[in-house]
Formats: sequence, structure tokens, C-alpha cells
Amino acid sequence: MLSTMLLAAPGLMDLAPFAKLGAGIGAGLAAIGGGIGISGIGRGAMEAIARQPEAIGEIRSNMILAAALVEGVAFFAIVVCLLVLFM
Amino acid sequence: MSLKVRRFLIFAALISTVVFTAFINGNSKNNSSPTPKSEATASEGTPNEKFDPGKMIMEHVLDAHEWHITQFGNYPVVLPLPIILFDQGKLVCFMSNKFENVHKSYLGYKIEEAAGANKGKIVKVLSDGETTDKAATLPFDLSITKTVFAMFLSLIIMCLVFISVARAYRKHPNQPPKGMQALLEPVILFVRDDIAKPSIGEERYARFMPFLLMIFFFILTNNIMGVIPLFPGGANVTGNIAVTLTLAVFTFVITTFSTDKNYWKHLVDMPGVPIWLKLPVPLMPFVEIFGVFIKPVVLMIRLFANITGGHIIILGFVCLIFIFGEKNAWLTTVVGPFSFLFMIFVYLLELLVAFLQAYVFTLLSALYFGMAKVGSHH
Repeated sequence: MLSTMLLAAPGLMDLAPFAKLGAGIGAGLAAIGGGIGISGIGRGAMEAIARQPEAIGEIRSNMILAAALVEGVAFFAIVVCLLVLFM
Repeated sequence: MSLKVRRFLIFAALISTVVFTAFINGNSKNNSSPTPKSEATASEGTPNEKFDPGKMIMEHVLDAHEWHITQFGNYPVVLPLPIILFDQGKLVCFMSNKFENVHKSYLGYKIEEAAGANKGKIVKVLSDGETTDKAATLPFDLSITKTVFAMFLSLIIMCLVFISVARAYRKHPNQPPKGMQALLEPVILFVRDDIAKPSIGEERYARFMPFLLMIFFFILTNNIMGVIPLFPGGANVTGNIAVTLTLAVFTFVITTFSTDKNYWKHLVDMPGVPIWLKLPVPLMPFVEIFGVFIKPVVLMIRLFANITGGHIIILGFVCLIFIFGEKNAWLTTVVGPFSFLFMIFVYLLELLVAFLQAYVFTLLSALYFGMAKVGSHH
């Protein structure tokens, strides 16, 4: 029923609110993805520090680097959602 | 105070926040809540307009032809910046305060306010002085906008700092560093020993050091100045995608010019990959060639989105106080402290992000330079 309504929609009604809905959901999914990714990195880093506390400096820098890269991926999704919202 | 009293006070603060939020939502059934896209056409100075958070945030994050510093009551304090246009061989310069009345044109140009592809840009007008000349091409806009002016300011600061440090090294060559030297020496050595040497290798790293130091300190200085709310700071330089695009283009060009023949051979015929990924349908070569362009684009988007996102969050918390204040003036005493504390937390996060993004951009550039020279030892 939803699919037939959406198929008939472009001729009958303005689809902009659906685009905004999609952008909002996309941003939320990006947040979830980023959260899961960085939590995995954090878990690995904590376990590594627990095993070998004297390597804490190197583990910390590598963890921050990996977190920045994963966060970059989440930001691509945010940029796409902003493009949908404002264009 | 004792643990029980502390716990009670925290609990009471939380409950009061929840209660007052429900209170304003219940009381606002007659008014519509201010949407970010409300049609607030009144200019900044009039006192009776509704507060438009979307407009306020966009004004602080986007570029502009003047620098709005503050507002004394109804009188805005604005620094007008020069507009420089190159129109079919003719150079036209004037200050942007000639454009204060948005409907009038000046010298045959005006800022387009009708919605469409040219909104906000400078367009030519017909001889009546008002309507846009739709047939003419847009003049080439070389104006000193807020972003460019802020870049000049941060470059002046960087030059002052680094030239004085270099002079100090030359005058007292083998003595312990003092002052600004002592502040910058660990950072410069960090860029050399932890970013350049491991990624590029001992023999080649020295040629790339000036570029790596330049982007590290450029991004760091502009990130930090973007977060300072008072005059010389507060412009969103690294959050402007044109600026990050330029830095990424530099990285791409330097990577391409420091490659050897094996780099290009390995793009299409990488060793250690089974033949079925390369030959009938070249999957891996497609991914690798795509990656050559995608890697600098990723650098650009990462820096842009991190910095702009941070600014939008900080401004959002500030706007929260004003939104609540519109409903009920004494609500600001409740919402104010929480919003303020959150804003300080996000500010500190922004400071971390400033360093982190400079580090990540520099590190990835160094990695790309290092990977460019493949060598024949495979």
C-alpha cells in the first residue's frame, strides 16, 4: 500500500517532505554506524592496553588515528544528508 | 557537602529540567514552534522579529561579503570588505557597504536575492538599475570575503610566529629554546618524527617537510581561530569546502609528481592479487584508479565536515537558549546553565578536533607521499 502510494506520488504531490524524512533517517543511521565503529576501536584499544600497559602511548595514537578515519566515513553520510536537505 | 546532599541536588536539577521542558511544551499549544525555515524577512536590526535559528547558524557558518562583529542595541557593527570583480577584462572594486540596501544596485551590479542558482552571488543589472540582466554572464568574483580576510589574518599570525622562531634559532644556534621557540619545537619535531619519518622513510622525508609543516599549522591555526568567538577569530575558514579542496589538490599534485614507474604499473597490475580480479573484468584496477582520485576527495570532505559540523553544534546550543527564551523569559535561567555547560563541553571537543584533524590530514598526506614511491623490491 505504501509502495503504490509512493509510485503514484510524483504526479500527485510534492515529495520534498519525504526527502527530508530520508535525510533525517540517514543522519541517524550515520550516527549509529559511527558509534558502532568507534566503540569497536575503543574496545580493541582497551584490551590491548590491558595486555601490555607499557605500550599505552602507541596504542593511544593508533586508536585516535583509526577513530578519525571511521568518523570521516560517518561524515560523508552527514554531508549527503545535508545536500538532500538544502538542495 | 555529603554524598546524599549532592545526589539530591543533581536529581532535583534533572527533574526541574524535565518539568520545565514539559511546561513550555504544554503552554505553547497556541503558538507554532519556530521552524528553522521560517520566513523571517526582517533585517537583523529590528527588535520584533522571531528568532530564526537556521538563519543565524547559516550566517555564522557560510561566507559573506562583510564581517558582522557585534550589535549595539539596534546598530550593527559591521566591517565592510572590498568587492573585487573582473568583468570581461574590466576590474571593478568597491567596498561592500555600498550594497547595504539589498534592492539597489551599485555601478551596475547587485547581489541576487531571488531564489535560484545565482542566489547570493553578484550579478549584473540592466540599465534600469533593478532587474537582473539574465543574459549576461556573471562577473568573476575575486572579492576579499570574510573567509579570505580571516585567512590573511591567520597567515599574518603564522608568519609573525614562525619568522620570529626561525630568527631565534639563527641567532642562538645551540642553546636551549626559550619562549615561542620552546612552544613550537616539540610540535615541529612531532611532525618530523611521528608523521614524516615513519610514513615517508628516512632518506626522502626532508623534501616533504615544508609542505607537511605548512598544512599542519595552517589547518591548526585556522581551526582554532574559527572557534574563538571574538573579532579576529570566528570565521569558518577550514569549514569552507573550497579551502579544503585546495589543500587536497596540493596533496594530490605532490603525490602525482613524486611517483615512480612502478606506482603506475601497480595501479593496473598489482602483485599478490589473483589474475581473475584483473583480467576478464578489471575489478581491482578499477578500484585502484578510482582510489587515486577518491583519496584526496576524502581528505577534503573529512576536514570540511568535521569543522563545519562542530561549529553548527556549538551554535545550536547557543540558539537553544534563545529559542527557550522566546517562549518564556525566565526559562533561560533554567536552560541557560545546562546549555552553557554543554556548549563548553562541545568547545573542548572542538579544540581536540582542531588538533586531530590537522594531525590526520598531515599524516594521510605523508602516507600518500610515502606510498607514491613504490620501488622494485616486490
